[in-house]
Amino acid sequence: MTKDKKLTPEELVKSFKNEFKSNIKDAIIKKRAAGSKKNETPSIWMKVDKSVFKDVVKHLCEIQFPHLSIASGNDLGRNIELIYHFTVNYGSRMKEINFNISVDLPKSKPEIDTICDLIPGALITEREKMEMLGVKIIGIPDDKRCFLSDDIPKGVYPWRRDETGADKLYKNLHGGKK
Amino acid sequence: MNQEATTKTSYQIPIGPIHPALKEPVHFEFEISGERIVDVSVKLGHVHRGIEWASRKRNPIQILYLAERICGICSYCHPAAFALAVETAADIQIPERAEYLRVIQGELERITSHILWAGVAAHEIGFDTVLYLTWQIRERALDLTEYLTGNRVTKGIMTIGGIRRDITKDMLPRVKKDLQYFKDNFEKLCHIFLDDKTVGMRSQGAGILTKKDALKLCAVGPTARASGVKKDVRVDTSYFAYGDLNLKYITPDDLTGNVNGDVYDRIIQRLLEIDQSIDLIEQCIDKMPSGDIVAEPDIQKLLNQLKKVKGEGVGRHEAPRGEVIHYVKFDGKSDSPYTWKVRAPTYNNILPWIPMLIGEQIADIPIVAASTDPCMSCTNRVAIVSDGRKYELTKEQLHKLSVEKTRRLMK
Repeated sequence: MTKDKKLTPEELVKSFKNEFKSNIKDAIIKKRAAGSKKNETPSIWMKVDKSVFKDVVKHLCEIQFPHLSIASGNDLGRNIELIYHFTVNYGSRMKEINFNISVDLPKSKPEIDTICDLIPGALITEREKMEMLGVKIIGIPDDKRCFLSDDIPKGVYPWRRDETGADKLYKNLHGGKK
Repeated sequence: MNQEATTKTSYQIPIGPIHPALKEPVHFEFEISGERIVDVSVKLGHVHRGIEWASRKRNPIQILYLAERICGICSYCHPAAFALAVETAADIQIPERAEYLRVIQGELERITSHILWAGVAAHEIGFDTVLYLTWQIRERALDLTEYLTGNRVTKGIMTIGGIRRDITKDMLPRVKKDLQYFKDNFEKLCHIFLDDKTVGMRSQGAGILTKKDALKLCAVGPTARASGVKKDVRVDTSYFAYGDLNLKYITPDDLTGNVNGDVYDRIIQRLLEIDQSIDLIEQCIDKMPSGDIVAEPDIQKLLNQLKKVKGEGVGRHEAPRGEVIHYVKFDGKSDSPYTWKVRAPTYNNILPWIPMLIGEQIADIPIVAASTDPCMSCTNRVAIVSDGRKYELTKEQLHKLSVEKTRRLMK
């Protein structure tokens, strides 16, 4: 494991902005209070340019080895947005920060580098993004389907909202187009 | 047997999609050399029901009940994480009393789930009497759940902005009585699992997950904590009323002084967590403030409010099996969320199976696989492909292998 520095959300964002300058497109810190004592949990939402994504994750691993909860994805029409939900600073009482790093990929060429070499636990979620959103993960150690069954035709991506979506496969289900 | 088969050094056993010891279909391919497992690969998705797609035609209140049906044992955790995500996206403030009630329900579910697991683990190694004993205790927990929520399994207790049922003063004696019952039986359970020589022989040193692997593979919940990773959403962050309560990380060294990351440690881990949950419910009962239990009781008003929301939110809750996380995005144009992504704890505990199982014996598969408490549904048989011919090993036979190993050790 790498160094184990515990930074505040502001310091984290600053560190990334210093390192990647204008490639960090947007960084918002939100805090949400809960309970009677109103203790807060911070979340960082950071949008980065596709070209530096791998280096951003590498930089994060150098600050502190993060926990990758999941990567989720949105079909935004022209782009596909991937959001990697990391958490850092776990292991001490109420110090954890939700760190969401999002990246836009053009639908014409939805490709991104794998982060499995940095965080081996990312394998399943990366495979899921490949089959569900049709994102090409470059350098992934195992590119087999993970959740979809083999009889679902190639080129159908259930989370997409365009013609490559799975709507036509749902015709026999309640609510699907007949 | 032909010449080729006798000289072959390893062979493959596909296990699943219908699978022993697990509660949900999953497909394993084991590379076996003699009795030892040398490699494992996992295929998932046999019960992928397209729940996230189904949410595209439902409003957030309807999705709560859909989320409840993701899993029968975690029927509180999924709506809880979903509600947290929606409340974050829409910036809804929850009444303080509701925050405490949410903790009580969450911890009661943890007690039910961990006791269920203790019974399954005992069954896997051939102690069916312990299965009956633990499930008798679990029955009391289910009765208490029914008393507090009106249902035993799908509780329908969570709502966006609060909780649906209060725990009134006249209900407290019953709750306290049942907590006392759990405490009395907790000692008994500890004695059975931790002082029994045979349980120790089957579980100590079996299915080891090192701390390094647990971190690298992003393991969550008791599986990660039993390997010494201090990671627990309840302690790490402040949500519900957990930020007000007195709680700390539990790892197996609290009891034994060191962490081995084996099946035995995972048993200790869950037992200690049952004790912690009882304590948390008691703290909540003492500290619970009075007041409303829901921010907006009129569902139509709430839905109108949510319709206008544009934004995204993440909800994380510590389910009995570990961190559950839901991501919700609203586009402000439709009744239903634009995106809803669910991630259950077992998702992250799949990859850690591989280092756990490598080097173990076939008879250890049930207990090692069950030791992460995978949240999957029940099964029947295993096919063994050997020398190009196909054998079928039923769940009963595999279970028998496991029981026989225990009996051998007892001699």
